[in-house]
Amino acid sequence: MLYISGTVSIQGNRIQRNGSAVSVPEVGGVPDFVTRVYEWLKPEYPKFYKMDLPSQLAFLAGEVLLRDLSLSGYDPAMIALTLTSASGSLDTDLRYAASARTMASPALFVYTLPNIAGGELCIRHKLKGENTFFITPAFDAPLLAGHVEQTLRIPGMEACIGGWIEAVDGHHDVFLYLAEKTKRGLAINHTAEELEKFYQSHYGTVDGGSEKTDHRGA
Amino acid sequence: MEQLMEDLKRQIIEALNLKHLKPEDIGNDQPLFVEGLGLDSIDALELIVLLQQQYGVKLDNPQEGPTVFRSIRTMAEFITTAKKASA
Amino acid sequence: MTAGPIHIVGTGVISAIGNTLADNLQSLQQGRSGIGRITLFDTVHRETLPVGEVKLTNNILAFRTKSKKTLSRTTLLGLHAAQEAIDQSGLRDRLSTLRVGLISATTVGGMDRTENFFPAFLQDILKGRLRDVVDHACGRSTERIADATGIRGFVTTINTACSSSVNAIQLGARLIAAGQLDVVVAGGTDALTRFTLNGFNSLMILDPAPCRPFDAGRKGLNLGEGAGFVVLAPASLCAAERLTPLATVSGFANTNDAFHQTASSPEGRGSFAAMEKALAMANLTAADIGYINLHGTGTLNNDLSEGTAVKRLFGEALPPISSTKAYTGHTLGASGGVEAVFSVLALREQCVFPNLRFETPMPELGLVPQRTFERRPLRHVMSNSFGFGGNCSSIIFSKPV
Repeated sequence: MLYISGTVSIQGNRIQRNGSAVSVPEVGGVPDFVTRVYEWLKPEYPKFYKMDLPSQLAFLAGEVLLRDLSLSGYDPAMIALTLTSASGSLDTDLRYAASARTMASPALFVYTLPNIAGGELCIRHKLKGENTFFITPAFDAPLLAGHVEQTLRIPGMEACIGGWIEAVDGHHDVFLYLAEKTKRGLAINHTAEELEKFYQSHYGTVDGGSEKTDHRGA
Repeated sequence: MEQLMEDLKRQIIEALNLKHLKPEDIGNDQPLFVEGLGLDSIDALELIVLLQQQYGVKLDNPQEGPTVFRSIRTMAEFITTAKKASA
Repeated sequence: MTAGPIHIVGTGVISAIGNTLADNLQSLQQGRSGIGRITLFDTVHRETLPVGEVKLTNNILAFRTKSKKTLSRTTLLGLHAAQEAIDQSGLRDRLSTLRVGLISATTVGGMDRTENFFPAFLQDILKGRLRDVVDHACGRSTERIADATGIRGFVTTINTACSSSVNAIQLGARLIAAGQLDVVVAGGTDALTRFTLNGFNSLMILDPAPCRPFDAGRKGLNLGEGAGFVVLAPASLCAAERLTPLATVSGFANTNDAFHQTASSPEGRGSFAAMEKALAMANLTAADIGYINLHGTGTLNNDLSEGTAVKRLFGEALPPISSTKAYTGHTLGASGGVEAVFSVLALREQCVFPNLRFETPMPELGLVPQRTFERRPLRHVMSNSFGFGGNCSSIIFSKPV
């Protein structure tokens, strides 16, 4: 039996955790959403600023997801990662290609692979188990749920972070969740239907509408 | 030389996305790699690009990197020497 | 009904050393490297960076695969190898009646055409042909291959850098073992592009001479291009359809090194764990492995890191080891697939391939790779593929019993 222990989604400039909105405080003089979230979370991780947009969003989603869900009880080799995207590293590919017209930037080239975002999560949270990255035309809950389930059937895998990282030119569409064999946090059965619900929950909220605010935030 | 070192600090912060730092946070003789600023191998490559694009100075052998990029001062000295040599 | 062992029943490959299985094998036997000067496109690096180009133009690839010459070279190469694998399997006419999957892998996708579109387009937005960009996304090459081969079941694309196509094979084997599919065509493809050439050059890990994996004097990798695919089927289906197993997929594993975006940890922790777990899954010990096809890119970092891990795991039981990237160059997303096919060839022919241009062992390790083509009894072959992002994969193929 597998359980969804927690979910995070970042749509546009809004964050939801477990389906409820998380309010990110305004920081004077910081207009850019990504920087605001980083300053609010204070992860003390200077390498964040070198990351490309998909990696930064994946990183921030990971911070929000795991703040109340510690992975320290696991052997790192037991934690897996399954990520998906449509555009992959397209945002960075464009920036890198622009740099290559004068002199190719190695720091940008490093991020011209979609799975580097996964690599950043692995470095940050010491995830050393099975890790993969699919390119799919849209968020694909059955593929994601199916692969996470299959991964957790591998002897030795005990937990898996699954997700969708779609980030191009200011368009943020990120979904990350933790699947485990033991019950904690949300403790909802791990199914494609539940993933689809949590992924879609942003679309159910309209400004001034049915948004529930989660003030546990920081 | 002083001005060059100040310029380098600004340029490095920009080129390496060291958004958490201001030029006054970087000492002229502070180690840039490993300890100090904690820069890594990719940063070293970006510094090679910076040398070429801003100063027209080429570093063909990445093995020389650790010496040239030890500190702001060593970088400034390298640039000054290279420009004198090509003058 | 259990699936039984998962066999490889078809293989296809196209690389700098040959357009078919037979061509590749002959080059491997004769020590004939395919590394040479860039001819596919104009670049400032034409005279200074050797590469492993496939020796066919897009026009000829299109002709041979019965497809359009305006397709991305990545698609054309992939289709060429996938068709060869399917033909060898004998399953071409059964693809519509069985539950078949295609799991492909690529890092370049349609970039070979996109990068030609942009210079004209940026000067004048009315210039440039849109058909050059419609297949840009990595998933498009997979879809094109699925369409052309008539595979309608599970179709997906993996991109985990240089370990992509071996991860595709691992996933294919798992899906069959789980009873979700009957047959999987799995592998990968990547074409040479200015994008990757300039990018790797900016990382200063390219050798200005033909590469020398595992040599003390190595200076980096040579980029290559190509495609490698295998057809996977369970023993039960092989019996029912009278298919010939070429090799058994007996073990595999994937780990993350969790160290750096592009460099491997000096001790090769991730690669050590992947090899160790692959052995565990195969129920084998290090001493059972008869040959290791190394990832062996020729970079200072990879070879030392991989060599350290190999030495630590195998110790006194070290079998012949070699990197065939000295022949083909580093085919990036295709390398896992290409080298899986080479590993199966080694098992079929009962031979080990040399590590070309090796002269001096790395002083830190003293490892001496296989220096000549040699016929040897082999039961199990290991192939390693490690990708940027810390993605480490190892797979073991065995002689079918």
